[in-house]
Amino acid sequence: MTDAGFWILQFLNALQYSMLLFLLSIGLTVIFGLLHFINLAHGALYMLGAYVGVSIAAATGSYWAAFLLAPLAVMAIGAVLYFTLIDRLRQAGPMNQVLVTFGLIFVFLDAVRIGWGDIALGLDAPKMFQGASHIFGVDYPTYRLFIIALGLVVMGVLMVILNRTQIGAMIRAGVENEHMAAAMGINVGRLFFLVFCVGCALAGLAGVVAAPVFSATTGMGISILIPTLIVVVIGGLGSLQGAVVGALIVGFLETLGAAVLPGFAAISVYLLLAAILVLRPQGLIPARG
Amino acid sequence: MKKYISGLAVAAALTTISTAALAETTVGLLLPKSGVFAALGNEIDDGFVFALEEAGRADDIKIVREDTEVKPPVGLAKARKLVLQDEVDVIVGVVSSGVLGAMRDFIHEAEVPLIVSNAGNDAATGAACSPYITRVSFSNGQVNRPMGQWMHDQGIQKVYTLASDYAAGHQMIDNFTAAFTEAGGEIIGSEYTPFGQTKDFGPYLTNARAANPDAIFVFYAGGEAISFVKQYGSFGMAADVPLFGSGFLTSPLYVAAEGDAAVGVKTSLHYVPTLDTPENNAFVAAFKERFGRTPSEYAVQGYDSARVLLGALDSGATDRKSIAAALPKVSYTGPRGPLEIDPATNNVVQNIYIYETVKDGDALTQKVVGVVEGVRDAPNGCALQ
Repeated sequence: MTDAGFWILQFLNALQYSMLLFLLSIGLTVIFGLLHFINLAHGALYMLGAYVGVSIAAATGSYWAAFLLAPLAVMAIGAVLYFTLIDRLRQAGPMNQVLVTFGLIFVFLDAVRIGWGDIALGLDAPKMFQGASHIFGVDYPTYRLFIIALGLVVMGVLMVILNRTQIGAMIRAGVENEHMAAAMGINVGRLFFLVFCVGCALAGLAGVVAAPVFSATTGMGISILIPTLIVVVIGGLGSLQGAVVGALIVGFLETLGAAVLPGFAAISVYLLLAAILVLRPQGLIPARG
Repeated sequence: MKKYISGLAVAAALTTISTAALAETTVGLLLPKSGVFAALGNEIDDGFVFALEEAGRADDIKIVREDTEVKPPVGLAKARKLVLQDEVDVIVGVVSSGVLGAMRDFIHEAEVPLIVSNAGNDAATGAACSPYITRVSFSNGQVNRPMGQWMHDQGIQKVYTLASDYAAGHQMIDNFTAAFTEAGGEIIGSEYTPFGQTKDFGPYLTNARAANPDAIFVFYAGGEAISFVKQYGSFGMAADVPLFGSGFLTSPLYVAAEGDAAVGVKTSLHYVPTLDTPENNAFVAAFKERFGRTPSEYAVQGYDSARVLLGALDSGATDRKSIAAALPKVSYTGPRGPLEIDPATNNVVQNIYIYETVKDGDALTQKVVGVVEGVRDAPNGCALQ
């Protein structure tokens, strides 16, 4: 392997991990920005996306059915959560929200253990994406290229929706000043519900997309939650651009750290987090200007 | 009134008889039922119960189950509860070496026999051994050392190692490294990945490949093993850099989730369900009929824990002290082949099988490609004799 080839591979590894982090953190950050709600159960929804995806793929024999239906299923679970818990807790203050959604992590964890068992489950990548592709002079797993492409597409679509459409303007207005937006005739409650559902669907999407690479395990929801929260804090709570920048920074730091200084990789992200909290606690690109 | 009293007397007499028949020996089954090793705990539990049923002894042995939650302080508290409150005659179980380490001094001082049915920490039957701790599962060194010589015999000179960064990972790799370099091979690179945090092995696999080794030797288990093998497969490295490892990497318990990526991976372990011996064929058939699945090495460890215990009871042992003394004297040929307990360390002496995961129709199965017979650990500071 040439030196250049080595760095191209590691660059693609980093980009792939960044895109997964982006899919997860975007839902979390937009929900926080708009609803001022800290949903720690977001990682559990990611886990549900993976497990539901595995079951749908097993039942239909098609990865693409899982790819389309698992996010919808997770969105439906999110909708139920919204009406039973989230909506009631909106005025309850951050401590109650954190405790309730933290408890939800364990409820979902044990529900998955009862439903799917403790043994990790695998999901096969779709036939067309199995094997490796030749790109930039290196062979790289095709499915990982698909994850990178999907992340870029979701990023682009969200950018366009948020910056160029009326619904995007309404969401931005809601983030900026909820009461003023309501006074201007925006149905803020319905908007919140919509954004919450989309955030949950994106978590489910991340789960079903990650399953062929990382497999579905009961611990996946908890272990992904911390990097996701770090992305959101580094990028700035509630900000789309912040989630993009945060995901890229964390993804590249972890991956290139693992490649160059493996002993240091595990703590480098935490050092960065500490530095950001001290020097720029609002995050790199805060939602409110 | 008289009728009432005589009724009570009969009931009391019946209770006495039935408890006498039921509770000859009380076993504390201390396994993780939640946490990362819950699946292993269930598998060991099934194997243990299966052996009692097979021997027709399920009614003589009273089982008290406790969950370690894979947490050392919880495991210790549950061990105390089993010994002091339930007054068990013997404790069976322990999956995590961390939990075993936390319990060790208590078990030793309380003089309660413990049959270890998984935890592989070398020290438990080495420097920290105890006449009350008997291990029927394996030690980390026992499983990995034979692979060093065997891989070198296959003409492999340069190896790159990868493992989870925790005590077991280091012990497995250290044992392999010592044996492989002694055989004349060279370790050209070694990396430990953060345990439980590493999801993407891509950067590590890319590093390993860049070092240009003849082969990679790894230790991963459970969910990490599945992720690792699948990602190894997706990078298409199998053609240039074959994958070897501890047998837990492609355990029959979860190899199906790894899919085709596991085909061709060669690993070493103390049990493989496809061993073609009369004892194992009978065991696998009966286990399948009872539980509807193939037994894994963990099920066999539970099974042998019960058989070793029954062997000690059959030799006349009745209480904690006599059971502890009788356990190391048990030996028989079971599903894994000849099994005995080394009186010098109280660790099991057993064959180690090197197997390749191969395709059988649509399913994956194990093909034994090498056997190292009667692997015995050096005392490593244990002074039982």
